[in-house]
Amino acid sequence: MILRLAMQSLMARALTVGMTVLAIALSVALFLGVEKIRTSARASFADTISGTDLIVGARSGSVQLLLYSVFRIGNATNNVTWESYRDIAARPEVDWIVPISLGDSHRQFRVMGTTPAFFEHYKFRGGRSLEISAGHGLDDLYDTVIGADVAATLGYSVGDPIVVLHGLASFTAHDDQPFRVAGIVAKTGTPVDRTVIVSLEAIEAIHVDWQSGAKSGQTTPVEVIRSMELEPTAITAALVGVQSRLQIFGLQRWINEYPEEPLLAVLPGVALQELWQIVGVAETALIGVSAMVVVTALVGMMAMIFSSLNERRREMAIWRAMGARPSTILGLLVIEAMLMAAVGSVLGLALLYLGLAIGQPWVDAAFGIWLPIDPPTVRELWVLAIVIGAAALASLLPAIRAYRLSLADGMMVRI
Amino acid sequence: MTDPALALTDVTFAWPGQDGFSLSCPNFRMAVGESVLLLGASGSGKSTLLSLVCGIATATSGRVSIGATDIGTLGAGARDRFRAEQIGVIFQQFNLLPYARVLDNILLPLRFAPKRKARIGAPAQEAARLCAALGLPDGVLTKQAGRLSVGQQQRVAVARALIGAPPLIVADEPTSALDAATQDSFLRLLFEQAEQARSSLLMVSHDERLGQRFDRVIRLEEIVTTRRAAA
Ligand SMILES: Nc1ncnc2c1ncn2[C@@H]1O[C@H](COP(=O)(O)OP(=O)(O)O)[C@@H](O)[C@H]1O
Ligand SMILES: [Mg+2]
Repeated sequence: MILRLAMQSLMARALTVGMTVLAIALSVALFLGVEKIRTSARASFADTISGTDLIVGARSGSVQLLLYSVFRIGNATNNVTWESYRDIAARPEVDWIVPISLGDSHRQFRVMGTTPAFFEHYKFRGGRSLEISAGHGLDDLYDTVIGADVAATLGYSVGDPIVVLHGLASFTAHDDQPFRVAGIVAKTGTPVDRTVIVSLEAIEAIHVDWQSGAKSGQTTPVEVIRSMELEPTAITAALVGVQSRLQIFGLQRWINEYPEEPLLAVLPGVALQELWQIVGVAETALIGVSAMVVVTALVGMMAMIFSSLNERRREMAIWRAMGARPSTILGLLVIEAMLMAAVGSVLGLALLYLGLAIGQPWVDAAFGIWLPIDPPTVRELWVLAIVIGAAALASLLPAIRAYRLSLADGMMVRI
Repeated sequence: MTDPALALTDVTFAWPGQDGFSLSCPNFRMAVGESVLLLGASGSGKSTLLSLVCGIATATSGRVSIGATDIGTLGAGARDRFRAEQIGVIFQQFNLLPYARVLDNILLPLRFAPKRKARIGAPAQEAARLCAALGLPDGVLTKQAGRLSVGQQQRVAVARALIGAPPLIVADEPTSALDAATQDSFLRLLFEQAEQARSSLLMVSHDERLGQRFDRVIRLEEIVTTRRAAA
């Protein structure tokens, strides 16, 4: 009965209560949304590469190497010479090795030179392989395989011609060479979606007439290029799989101590961990800010309860005269606060799902982060429980004041 | 000899604060089933006296007994429970929780008074009977209390005070918000039901015209001396 009366009391003050509930709902939705994006971003990142034991590149930071080789964020400061690559590939521990050559672009998408082995060994989301949804892999020198986002954004289908640009933001087109779309990779949720994949030889072919970044006078005919020995002189990075996991660290040490040139080999998991440590600070700040928004909403609720006390003294006197203890009045106010927080939390959850339903495709397209629409996690339910608990705590202050007032007022409130 | 319905003996009380209004009542008694009207000007301490009787305010010294119980000996929680069990309260105005249904308002004291509740078999039916007896329209029980007229609200307050037939009814100027015609029928119904429930009735008012129906009419000054610290 008290619970029902508390609800009716709240409904009688629909406007102020509604605003308070809305504030709580928005803050809860914000908090859960930030959490959702954070965990989804982590999951997306962690899902981007699996099955690769070591990433090898020129010596720099391990996070930097991870970012440019796997996520196509930032650029390599140096290349790895082909000789070094060959030396590593010849190591007995190496089961497979896939070279990666970055640096060219097609429209806003990066071009990656690699070997067909990439399609065999690159794994994502716990061991899934790339799947060519249309066309075929890299057969011809001028074949490209494009990611799902590339195809969708530029409206390409198999057989369309492609012009590769040299450098990332330059406008010097390699328009003398006839690339075409040979295949499209099914959506992966990884940076592969936003990549144009060509063969390593193709990268060399593009640059036949280029010397140190500038186009030389003559244009070598395509037929001549096709007959040339297109061995690369350098690559950007390489993905390595070892024969046995036990050999990872031995091979890593060997590469890191490679005498011919300064190289770096990192374990993707370890580099990711390092990345989280860097990102963690920003994450904590973000969580802190959104938690403060929740606190603000609860303080607003507290102020609302305080300001309602005066007009409710009469009501409290009635409760007292009917035999309610002051503690019942305290409990009544706390229950009301918890009801507001509960409704606000549930509404916030609903807002979150609404936001997810609307924002999911957009966030995926813009940031490559897939926000899964799942039933609430235990963690999210805990957040809601904590919000309700915090509301109970916040309401204690005005409730204690009501308790005092009800003791001091006596039975007949003067009006 | 049976205990009186209400007995105040050597009671003193002062409100906290600088303008501390204080009051002393050496001796006041009400017999079981008796109806008493206490007359006093506004601000004379009538409501304060009723707060003492109900045990919402506690006497500084002296004894306030209801039936055989000296409520000063009860702990705070027991006193609240005792009030719920033994006393029906009617205020001047704004008696009801405006957002709650009439039925919930009438049953509210039973929520805190299990024995009083146990005395009546079917609370909702009893509430309906009281409403009908008090001349409230059919279907009033499910209405929101705040939507009733003032006169109807006062009668709902009577039903709430009388449900479960508590031994003592305390009424603080219950008619002052009513016009003369409704005042009379209100009092008639109140007396009818209080008699039926065999409850004693203590009413305070500043209105001398209400006196005829009561067994006794007393001026507050006759039983109480008040003092107000100079402002
Ligand atoms: N809750 C209270 N706290 C402090 N003083 C009070 C309180 N209630 C009443 N008083 C004081 O007691 C005096 C008598 O008030 P009251 O008993 O309400 O008179 P009446 O009911 O006869 O009009 C008033 O002067 C008022 O200032
Ligand atoms: Mg008064």
